[in-house]
Amino acid sequence: MGETFSYYPGCTSHSTAIEYIEASLAVIAALGIELKELPDWCCCGAASAHNLSGALALGLSAFNVAEAQKSGADLVIPCAGCYGNLAQADYTMRNDENERQRLEKEFDFTYDKKIKMLSLVDLLAREELRPAIRELVKKPLKNLKVVCYYGCAIVRPGAVTGVDDSENPLRIDSLMADLGAEVIDWSCKVDCCGGDLGLTDAEKTTELVNKIVDYAVAAEADCLVTSCALCQANVDIRQQRLPILYFSELMAEAFQIGQRQSWWKKHFNDPSRLF
Amino acid sequence: MSENFLQKVMAASGQPLNLCYQCRKCSVGCPMVDEFDFPPNMVMRMVQLGMKDELLKSKAIWMCVSCETCGSRCPNEIRIAPVMDSLRAQCLKEGVTPADEVTVALHTSFVDSIKTFGRVHEATMLMKYKLKSKKYTSDLDVGLKLFLKGKIPIMPKKSKNVAKVKEIFKNAGF
Ligand code: SF4
Ligand code: SF4
Repeated sequence: MGETFSYYPGCTSHSTAIEYIEASLAVIAALGIELKELPDWCCCGAASAHNLSGALALGLSAFNVAEAQKSGADLVIPCAGCYGNLAQADYTMRNDENERQRLEKEFDFTYDKKIKMLSLVDLLAREELRPAIRELVKKPLKNLKVVCYYGCAIVRPGAVTGVDDSENPLRIDSLMADLGAEVIDWSCKVDCCGGDLGLTDAEKTTELVNKIVDYAVAAEADCLVTSCALCQANVDIRQQRLPILYFSELMAEAFQIGQRQSWWKKHFNDPSRLF
Repeated sequence: MSENFLQKVMAASGQPLNLCYQCRKCSVGCPMVDEFDFPPNMVMRMVQLGMKDELLKSKAIWMCVSCETCGSRCPNEIRIAPVMDSLRAQCLKEGVTPADEVTVALHTSFVDSIKTFGRVHEATMLMKYKLKSKKYTSDLDVGLKLFLKGKIPIMPKKSKNVAKVKEIFKNAGF
């Protein structure tokens, strides 16, 4: 398709979400989309900076938005948490005159509202990509029953993410159906897994994760599909009943591309028996 | 006095807290409400009433995971996550002992890592967190498994622009 986007990898791209990034980059290349990494990107503050200081959180994220604007292309942000932070900074500069002026001065740029922040779902679940995706499917995911789990950051708040149905988003569902999977409707699509406190309150997060997995198992799903690196890590680590896959890993499986065996080994609940 | 506190929180969070009419939709959907000492709707009321000391000492402000469920459901479009952020910042700024020091230890270790490398380096960040929180043994099995799966790199990947990151910290008062 010859499209080019700028690209914000985020810190988990070389740690807890390695398989997500490898799978996503393989799929993106197969679709003929080019990504250009922002050369100077820094951490967006993740789930921590905003807990201590709103000014720090906004500063770190707005710096990356300013860098992206220099590149001139819409910014693709695979990690849901990073996406949430950068989209919030972009939203603040778009709507808050005072903050915009302060940040323009701090980063020596003029905010021009021209580029968009895109989650990986925004990029890959676009209506116009559907024919190309269907064409790339070599091995349809027949008989694979999936529940799609959107979590929080790519969905809420709708004013920031642009998602109009934040109680029942459907974009990953449609994408999975295009890959040939059997998509099951269920109740926990947008429930929070407590990932932000995953490191400090294992007991509470295990309780939230178990509820989500109970519903997925009751729906007779073979696996849970997500786009959030924090959800994936949290829900995979805290239970032993269900494989938790990234949506781009399933795209790569259906396309039969990439180092899939090495990705499956990075999961706590090994998904290889599903394929 | 109480009016000042309400106005301060409204300005810092950018949220129209004065509009809250206690419908409690926020608390019904909050995944963390069992861990809060005051449910989200009560936090709103307490801000309106100027109950600053109780709020800055509360556990609720540290247990909110910013899931934005409340914000997307509130009939008055009040997002509670940024309200909680502003209350936390005020707690730290005024030197009030946070009700959950372990969580503060994690966040502080995390942003220290950003300040040093421009990006997060999990291994050193986690070590610092363990030392600060004294939670030496929790989740060691998980950490080891992550390491064996190649998900906790030994070497940090620095941002090319650490100097700029340090400047962002300075401008934010860190
Ligand atoms: S949902 Fe909104 S109006 Fe209702 S109690 Fe919560 S904050 Fe107040
Ligand atoms: S943002 Fe905080 S208060 Fe609101 S529902 Fe989520 S955890 Fe509860």
